[in-house]
Amino acid sequence: MKLSIISNKKIAYKTYQMELKGKFNLNPGQFINIKINNSNELFLRRPISVCDVNGERLTIIYKVFGKGTELLSKKTTGQQLDCLLNLGNGFEIVNRQNIVLIGGGVGVPPLYYLAKKLKEEGRKVTVVLGFNSKEEIFLAEEFKQYGDVHISTVDGSYGTSGTVLNILENLTFDYYYTCGPELMLKALATKYPKDGQLSFEERMGCGFGACMGCSCKTLTGYKRICVEGPVMKVEEIIHE
Amino acid sequence: MNRLAVELPGLSLDNPIIPASGTFGFGYEFAQFYDINILGSIMTKGTTIEARFGNPTPRIAETSSGMLNAVGLQNPGAIQVKDVEFKKLSKVFNKKIIANISGSTLEDYLKTVEIFNHSKIVGALEINVSCPNVKNGGMAFGVNANNIELVTKEVKKIAKKPVYIKLSPNVTNIVEMAKAAEKGGADAITMINTLLGMRLNLKTKKPILANKMGGFSGPAILPVAIRMIYQVYQAVNIPIIGMGGVMTAYDCIEMMYAGASAVAVGSANLVDPYACKKIIEDLPKVMDELKIKNLKDIIGGAHE
Repeated sequence: MKLSIISNKKIAYKTYQMELKGKFNLNPGQFINIKINNSNELFLRRPISVCDVNGERLTIIYKVFGKGTELLSKKTTGQQLDCLLNLGNGFEIVNRQNIVLIGGGVGVPPLYYLAKKLKEEGRKVTVVLGFNSKEEIFLAEEFKQYGDVHISTVDGSYGTSGTVLNILENLTFDYYYTCGPELMLKALATKYPKDGQLSFEERMGCGFGACMGCSCKTLTGYKRICVEGPVMKVEEIIHE
Repeated sequence: MNRLAVELPGLSLDNPIIPASGTFGFGYEFAQFYDINILGSIMTKGTTIEARFGNPTPRIAETSSGMLNAVGLQNPGAIQVKDVEFKKLSKVFNKKIIANISGSTLEDYLKTVEIFNHSKIVGALEINVSCPNVKNGGMAFGVNANNIELVTKEVKKIAKKPVYIKLSPNVTNIVEMAKAAEKGGADAITMINTLLGMRLNLKTKKPILANKMGGFSGPAILPVAIRMIYQVYQAVNIPIIGMGGVMTAYDCIEMMYAGASAVAVGSANLVDPYACKKIIEDLPKVMDELKIKNLKDIIGGAHE
């Protein structure tokens, strides 16, 4: 599906926010898969999680890592982008009241749309965001409308020095949702082995279940990150 | 009369376009995108006698105009494939499929053939003697002419369906391998499988793929496929199903000129789930442009 770019701007160190126009029916935690251009050279699509849906406006936030995201960052208003929509399972909203959302780096965006949905459902939301340094921080202000926001930086240039785990030690919550680097997810799953959902990242061929490129083992069987994931319940994670 | 129709041993196809094994799952995943009955046939995911998880991730790496994969034949095992996956597929697909079979020993191949002999939806068997991802066995069969002949002969003895042998390009002499398959009694050849490749992560200095090596596919390999099909067409008398880097109707026709009787589309499906549909829809236009009346008349056209 071709979507028209409404805006594309830099919001933090190597980090960009893009808005796309269309009719959307996506759940928080789902992703879209973007073909950067018509050329065969950048062959595969780039899977990017949905940050927000607002009427006919879909927001993604992505970081420039290589040639594909570099080209994406140079796209301008009005250009068309070939996207596959509604991919992945998304977060399941459970019946808990005191919820913490834990985001690390480019894992932060999908939690934004989730925070909005949880707020609509009247839940208490606390947001914990971890970044490498102050210049990489984004969405911190925007999250404040949905709950208290706590920030950690690895280099100590802003907020709590260290990782999200340093903040979580001082918080009470009865359920958590998280997305971020694999090391962070593993640390969380080990420390909090119950009552949580984690959104994983993996290199994908197709993004819709055909190539089996992103399979993983769980306690409930083999799963494809792109179809049965990217969100897994912490109770099904295998601890190695 | 259908201008796109082509014939394969045991199968009459409405058009030459077949999704290649490993890029189309067991087919039904694609029914959410379009009516898959427009396809010529479907080559289903490589199946082994026992269930396999496959390789650890990362299993996918990108390269200019292509990709590497080291999935490692993840599949639920032959019985489950026949009883569950093929049943699911038969609900959305009413044509015959070409069932891909892999194995690490001769016995493994034969056991899976026995199981698929009893599946109504299976129109032909595609024996993968070339999957470069399984460390023990797969590679050994596909790079040795004697082994190819042996596997073909043994499979032919028990198969109740036509047998297509899928060749690896990772050999010094592809013609020798094709002749061995023909000598073993193969009904057709499918070629080419992926080329063995590797990419490194510049930060870690290590291979990107957990399996280190993987199968290289995508439009970058089209010329290798065209060359090998061209060579094999001259050397054997059995039909060839061509594959390797096909993205467009033009590529399909080029491959048929080289000698393919039908054309499988692989990686293109992963980038664009509508790839096969678009190629099938484009074919009549491209045929008009190239003044081609019937597709089956152009097979091996490069050799006239």
